[in-house]
Amino acid sequence: MSGNGTRRIETGYLARVEGEGAMHVRIRDERVESVELRIFEPPRFFEALLRGRALEEAPDITARICGICPVAYQTSACQAMEDALGIEVEGQLRLLRRLIYCGEWVESHALHLYMLHAPDFLGYESGFAMAADHREVVERGLRAKKTGNRLIELVGGRAVHPVNIRVGGFHKAPERAALEELRGDLERCREEALETVRWVAALDFPELERDYETVCLRSEQDGEYPIDRGRIVSSQGIDVAPAGFDATFEEQHVPHSTALHARVRGRGSYLTGPLARFELNRERLSPLAAEAAAEAGIGEGCRNPFRSIAVRAVEILYAFDEALRLIDAYERPAEPFVPYEPRAGVGHGVSEAPRGLLYHRYEIDERGEIASAWIVPPTSQNQRSIEEDLREFVAANVALPDEQLRHRCEQTIRNYDPCISCSTHFLDLEVERL
Amino acid sequence: MAAAAKPKLAVWKFASCDGCQLSLLDLEDELLALAGAIDIAYFLEASRATVEGPYDLSLVEGSVTTAADAERIRAVRAQSRRLVTIGACATAGGIQALRNFAEVGDFVAAVYANPAYISTLETSTPIAEHVAVDFELHGCPVDRHQLLEVLSAFLAERRPSIPSYSVCVECKRRGNVCVTVAHGTPCLGPVTHAGCGAICPACDRGCYGCFGPMETPNDEALTARMRELGAETPDLIRAYRSFNANAPAFRAAGGRAART
Repeated sequence: MSGNGTRRIETGYLARVEGEGAMHVRIRDERVESVELRIFEPPRFFEALLRGRALEEAPDITARICGICPVAYQTSACQAMEDALGIEVEGQLRLLRRLIYCGEWVESHALHLYMLHAPDFLGYESGFAMAADHREVVERGLRAKKTGNRLIELVGGRAVHPVNIRVGGFHKAPERAALEELRGDLERCREEALETVRWVAALDFPELERDYETVCLRSEQDGEYPIDRGRIVSSQGIDVAPAGFDATFEEQHVPHSTALHARVRGRGSYLTGPLARFELNRERLSPLAAEAAAEAGIGEGCRNPFRSIAVRAVEILYAFDEALRLIDAYERPAEPFVPYEPRAGVGHGVSEAPRGLLYHRYEIDERGEIASAWIVPPTSQNQRSIEEDLREFVAANVALPDEQLRHRCEQTIRNYDPCISCSTHFLDLEVERL
Repeated sequence: MAAAAKPKLAVWKFASCDGCQLSLLDLEDELLALAGAIDIAYFLEASRATVEGPYDLSLVEGSVTTAADAERIRAVRAQSRRLVTIGACATAGGIQALRNFAEVGDFVAAVYANPAYISTLETSTPIAEHVAVDFELHGCPVDRHQLLEVLSAFLAERRPSIPSYSVCVECKRRGNVCVTVAHGTPCLGPVTHAGCGAICPACDRGCYGCFGPMETPNDEALTARMRELGAETPDLIRAYRSFNANAPAFRAAGGRAART
């Protein structure tokens, strides 16, 4: 504690998150004066470098925004282009799209849950350190992650930056037999995912109940737990098609971040990601996943961000269950993609990246070149909620010693599985709007 | 260093997508054994605990795009006995190096119009333009098995066994049908560094060069063939100028395609 009643709780380089960020909390006379999640990841200008590229390149280029959730970028990009081109991807092709996305949910959630987040609850500095005492748990997590990656490889050709996803569907549809080979592993991992839900439910969660406006996708037409598509809905009555994103949300630049902060127009912060999906769609989980959620004590909902780890565990279980269902229903389509002719237009695409809503908008010209691009990743949408969580948590726990408070604050940020690499390519957009 | 001490590994991130360091965590079968054999001394994506340098081996992901990062890489080099760059960003500047080209110079100007971003450099450059690099592992992303080979080699004090031939060799070995010969699909395989396992032709699409140029690429012959197949100048420029746009051989190939 420094003089005149002011304390600073700082973490210069946040660990176990994807990308580069820092945290600054200032407390004066036992009151929280300011809270900042600082993002200093260098900008990479994706919206600018996409201009003049062929529309077909958008899925491959935007995948490179994030090595952890490339399928999310590819899916949102493809859907935005398909919207602009006026084509629909349904049936077996849409099934494959959802299937590969299940692989990404597993891979990303398992990395976060076992290697990045669980160590916070058990007092370890890393998943490696945790493995010394909890080897079975970490090995279970690595098996889940590997199976998720294997599913992405089978459908997408490669785990990080898959090569088989294209506008209109896929370059090549996988053989059913190839997917069947994964069945045994998927079934085993589904069983183990159930154990993981029970395991995380027994962790010790700090108290924090937040009154979020939750935002996620929902589809009456598909009637499924949202992954690859849907309308954008919220706990306070938003219900718009992807094209309504701009009219519903706005972004603001704050000086301490190279990512923009999003909010609901005329209202305020909102929350996207597992807690939001679970709140607004949990009746659409598979019976197995719903039962596990109930057993874990979150069947009636969950607004404690520290318990997001339990919701992720339920989503891992669901993703395995759903992947098995999709493989059961898969018949190799005659054509791997829906053909199209380039035309000028504007398209919107949105999907549920593991950490939340991912929106893409493109304007394409009559030659099929990108005239403008706008991408809103989940972490920039959540940034304001993260800071509000920090503020409330610190206010309620101001008596904790600095080091303990600092660790809890880091954990508060890690609750979001923030992807800082993703969130930081907005500067060009900011410049464009000046 | 005492004989029993484990070698110290550090993993550093510059401008990148995290995908290459993720490839390290994607070694699910080997990860815990690896963590047992080496001291993971600095790897922020995976661990909160950090150990001071010097480090026996540093893996560097990402390109240099800010003045602060140009300084930081020198500090990393000074603490590292061996330094290996991993991925297209670190070895060539990555997709963000498209800002280095006149075609997209307009957005550099746009950036500098806003004083808040004045610290961003005009270029995205590979690590080797700033400090000495002991080995470069290519790929966008790197192949995790090649990454394991590089780690094993450096820890055993030998050169990594990473072939420098083209994707075509891997493609033949895999038994793929040549997409160019059979379907007339433009493919960068003949000029692209091997390492991916010819995954694009295996998916019935042409290689898009994410592993960067092979050792001795004949781009002029390939460009001529792609033109016969219907590729136009803008298509060719885009083909060479993507994830490894700033790699000298692809930079030159794109330039030649633009002039012919």
